[in-house]
Amino acid sequence: MRDAAVIRVPTRASRAIGEAAAAWVLCAPAAISLFLLLLGPTAALLLLSFTDWELGAPDLAWIGLGNYEELTTDPVFRIALRNTISYVGVVMPLSIGLGLAVALLIEGGVRLRATFRAIYFLPVVSLLVAMATAWQYLLHPTIGPVNRLLAMVGVAPINWLGSSDWVMTSLCMIGVWENLGFVVVLFMAGLTAIPKELYAAAELDGARSALDRFRLVTWPLLGPTTLFVVTITAIRCLRVFDTVQALTRGGPNNASQVLLYAMYQEGFSYFRIGYSAAITVVFLAIVLLLMLIQTRILDRRVHYA
Amino acid sequence: MPRDTGRAILIEGVEKSFGKTSVLKDVSLALREGEFLSLVGPSGCGKTTLLRIIAGLESADAGRVRIGGIDVTGLRAADRDIAMVFQNYALYPHLTVSQNLAVPLVMRRLSALERVPLLRHLIPGHKGRCAAIDAEVRGAAEMLRLGHLLARRPAELSGGQRQRVALGRALVRHPSAFLMDEPLSNLDAELRAGTRREIVELHRRAGVTTIYVTHDQVEAMTMSDRVAVIMEGELLQLGTPREVYENPVDLRVAGFLGSPRINILPAVATPEGIRLGGSLLPMRAPLPAGARLSVGLRPEALHLARDGLAAVVEHQEFLGAEVLIHARLDAVEARVTAKLGIAAAEPLRLGDAIHLRADWRDVLLFGEHGQRILAIPAETSLDA
Amino acid sequence: MRPGSEPSLLADLPRLALLGVGAFLILAPYLWMLLASLKPGSEIFRDSLTLWPERFYAIENYGKALAEVPLLRFLFNGALVCALILFFQILFAAPAAYALAKLRWRGRDLLFGLVMLGLLIPYHVPALPLYVGFARIGLLDSFAALVIPFSISVFGIFLFRQAFKSLPDELIHAARMDGMSEMSIVWRVVMPNAWPAATAFATFSIVAHWNDLFWPLIVVQSHAMATPALGVLFFRAEEAGNDVGALMAAAVMVTAPMIILFLLAQRRFIQGIATAGLKG
Repeated sequence: MRDAAVIRVPTRASRAIGEAAAAWVLCAPAAISLFLLLLGPTAALLLLSFTDWELGAPDLAWIGLGNYEELTTDPVFRIALRNTISYVGVVMPLSIGLGLAVALLIEGGVRLRATFRAIYFLPVVSLLVAMATAWQYLLHPTIGPVNRLLAMVGVAPINWLGSSDWVMTSLCMIGVWENLGFVVVLFMAGLTAIPKELYAAAELDGARSALDRFRLVTWPLLGPTTLFVVTITAIRCLRVFDTVQALTRGGPNNASQVLLYAMYQEGFSYFRIGYSAAITVVFLAIVLLLMLIQTRILDRRVHYA
Repeated sequence: MPRDTGRAILIEGVEKSFGKTSVLKDVSLALREGEFLSLVGPSGCGKTTLLRIIAGLESADAGRVRIGGIDVTGLRAADRDIAMVFQNYALYPHLTVSQNLAVPLVMRRLSALERVPLLRHLIPGHKGRCAAIDAEVRGAAEMLRLGHLLARRPAELSGGQRQRVALGRALVRHPSAFLMDEPLSNLDAELRAGTRREIVELHRRAGVTTIYVTHDQVEAMTMSDRVAVIMEGELLQLGTPREVYENPVDLRVAGFLGSPRINILPAVATPEGIRLGGSLLPMRAPLPAGARLSVGLRPEALHLARDGLAAVVEHQEFLGAEVLIHARLDAVEARVTAKLGIAAAEPLRLGDAIHLRADWRDVLLFGEHGQRILAIPAETSLDA
Repeated sequence: MRPGSEPSLLADLPRLALLGVGAFLILAPYLWMLLASLKPGSEIFRDSLTLWPERFYAIENYGKALAEVPLLRFLFNGALVCALILFFQILFAAPAAYALAKLRWRGRDLLFGLVMLGLLIPYHVPALPLYVGFARIGLLDSFAALVIPFSISVFGIFLFRQAFKSLPDELIHAARMDGMSEMSIVWRVVMPNAWPAATAFATFSIVAHWNDLFWPLIVVQSHAMATPALGVLFFRAEEAGNDVGALMAAAVMVTAPMIILFLLAQRRFIQGIATAGLKG
C-alpha cells in the first residue's frame, strides 16, 4: 500500500478565521497608528475645544461652548476667517480658470509639452518658505524689481506686503502662483483621458470651432476632474500658512491673519490650547463641509459611467 | 446597374505614410451610388487609415477624394456631408439618447447663438427648428427601435443598443455616405449576427452609399455589394464577393478569404502539366518549364478518390454538417485540409491512407510573386 | 486647419508665446533667486535692472550661507527625516493596503471607512494634541517627534490599495500555493508588482515632508534639529534680511534638492497625483 500523503483540507470556517487573523496582523501597525496618531488626537482635540486649558496650567475646566462664543466676538478670529474665505474665493477660481487655460494650451499642440508641464509644476514641489522669501524681495516696495518695472510704466510704487490694503492681494497672487501647477497637471491628466474618438465624432457632427468642441466634448468630460480640482484646490487654499508665517506673520495689524496662523498663534505663542483647539475645529468643519458638498451634491451630477 | 455619379465616391491615387512607414500605396477605387462596399483586410493593412482619409479625419500625402462629384480633399470632415459609425460608438456620455441623436442636426441647423442656453428662446423661428429636429430624431429612433430608450444615457444601455444609437446618429442627417469602422467588433458573436442583418436592411431602406471597414471576411462577404481587399497598404482586388472568392487575382486574397483557409501547395510547371509532388495535374500554365508556382485548392473542392494526391489522415474535426480532414501529403512536405460530407468521411480513421482529387476548374494557380495565372486544360495545345 | 495635419511652427507660435509668458511669470522668482545668489549685495538692488552679475559673488554667498547656520546639517536632517518617514509609511501602509484590497474579513469595511475618514482630516488637526503628548513624554525637539506623527499615511494606504486591487488574484493564489505567508506575499509578490504606485507615492511623500513647515515649526526648538524649511526661517532671523545674496544662496540650496528630484522623476510624481485625482 502506498503511503498516502495526508492533505488536510481546511474547512470553510477555519479558512475564514485564518484569513481574518492574518488580516489583523497585517493591519495592526497601521490601525494602531491610525488611532494613536490621527483619530485619537482628533477626538482629543474636539474635547479640548470645550475646555479652557492653557499649557502650563495646573488643571483645566470644562467650559462647554465658551471658546466658541469667544470666537464669535474675537476680532482677530473674525478677520482670520474672513481673510481665509476670501483667499479661497479668489485663489481657487483664478488658479482653476488659468490652470484650465494653460492645460488646454499645452495639450493643444505637441511641441514642448513636457517642458511646459515641468515649468508650471515647479512651484508645487518647491520649498514655499524659500520661494516666499524670494517673492518678498521681488515685491520690495522701493528696490524690488516689480515696483521698478511698474515705475517704468508710470505706476506709483505699491507697498505689497507692508500695507493692509495690499497684503491680502499679494498673498493671493503668490497663492495662485503656488497652486497653478497642480491644477495644470490634473487638468492635463483629465484631458488625456478623453477618448480621441469623441472629438472625431464631434467633428463629423458639425462641431467646427474650438468653442464648439469645448462645449460638446471637453467640458462635459472634464466633469469629474474639475470637481476633484475644485475640492483639492479649495482645501489647499484653506491650509494657507507658510507664506503668512514667512512674509507677514499675520500683519500688518492682523490684516493678513488666516485661520491656521491664528490657530498657531493661539496654541503655540499664547499657549491657549483650548481656544486654539476651537479654532482648529472650525477649520476642520469647513474642510468637512467642502468634502460633503463634493460627494453628496455634485459628485452624482458629474459622473456618467 | 447604371452608373450615377450623383452621390458616388471616388478615391484616386491616395498615398499615406506615417514617418517612414508607408501605410497606403496608390489606392484608387470608385463606388457606385447606393452601393455597400467593404474594405477588408488584416489588422494594420491600412483600411482604417483609408476610411479616415475619406472622412476627412486624416489627410492623405497624395491623391484626391471626390464625394458626389465634388473634390473634398481639402475640406474638413464637418463639411463633407458624410456620417461615421465608430468602433467604440463614440457616444456623448453626458447626453441622453435623444440628445445624442439630435447633435448632428443641432450643430448644423441652429446657429452658434441659438445654442447658448438662455439666449436661444429669443431667436425667432427657434421653436420651429427645434420641433423639426425632434421629429427627425423620433423618426430615426423608430427606425432603430430606440423609441423607449430616448431618455437614457449611454452608460445605461447595452452594447447592441449603443450600436443602434451610433447608427441613428449617422442616419438622422441623411448624409451622402456612411462610413463604418468595424462597428460590430465590440459585440458578442450572437449579437453580431443579428446586427449584421439589421445594418444590411437599414442600408437597403436608406439607400445610402456605405463604406464598411472590417477585418472579418465573413462580415465583408455576407454584407457587401462589392468587396475591396486591402493588404499592406495596397488595394489587391475589387469585386463582388463571389468574384473575389472564386477568382482571386492574388495569392494573398485567396488566402485571406474563405474559411477554413485555402490549401497552398508548391508545384513546378512542366511541358506535360503541373507537377505537384508525385502527381501530375492535368493542366498547363503559360510558363517556361521548370518555373515554380503555387497551387491553391479550397477545402471544399477536394474530394476522396481512388487516385490523385496521396495523403495520410492526421486529424479530424467534426463540424456537425461536415467534417474537416487534415492530412499530410506524401509527395510534398505539406498539410491539406479537406471539407467532406459526413457520409464520405465516415469510414476514415487516423492514419488512413487516402487520395484526394479536385476538378481542374477549381484549381487556382499562382506564380512566383503571388499573381494569379490562368490554367489551360492539358488536352488543349498551348498555342491554340 | 487642414484635417489631421500637424500645425507648422508658425501656426504654433501664438500658443507657444502665451505659454512662454506664463512660464516666465512662474520662473521669475527662481531666476531672481538664482541670480541674486550669484551677486554681491551692492549689485542686487541697483537702480538698473541688470540680469547677469558683474562680479561673480557665488563663492562668497554660498560660503556665507553654509557658515552662518548649519545648512548642511539642515539638509541632512531633511534627508534623514524624509527617509525615515517614507520607510515607516510604506512599512505600515503596504500590509494594511494588501489586507484591505485582497483579503476578505469581518471589519474590513469598517477599517477602510476609518481610513477614508482619516483622508478627510488634514494633519494640522491632530497637531495640537500630538504636541502636548510629545511634550509630556519629553520627546519634543527630536527625530522621533518629527517622524512618528507621519508614520501613518492614509493617502498611502489608499493609493496602495487601489494599485493592489488591480493585480490579478491568481498571482496571490499561486504564491499561497507555493507556501508563502501573507506577510511575505506583501513584500515579495505584491509590492514589486505595484512599483509605479510605490515610486509615485515615494516622490509625493518625500517632497511633501521636505517642504513641510508647520509641524517642524511646532516641535523643533534647537538649530541642531531643524529641517530645511525651518532652516530658511532661522537664517532669516540671523541675517535680518541684510545679506540678501547669502540668504538667496541658502534658499537655493534648500529648494534645489526637491526640484532636481522632481525633474528626474517627473512622470512618477505626476502619475501619483493624477491617479489620486482621476479615481478621486
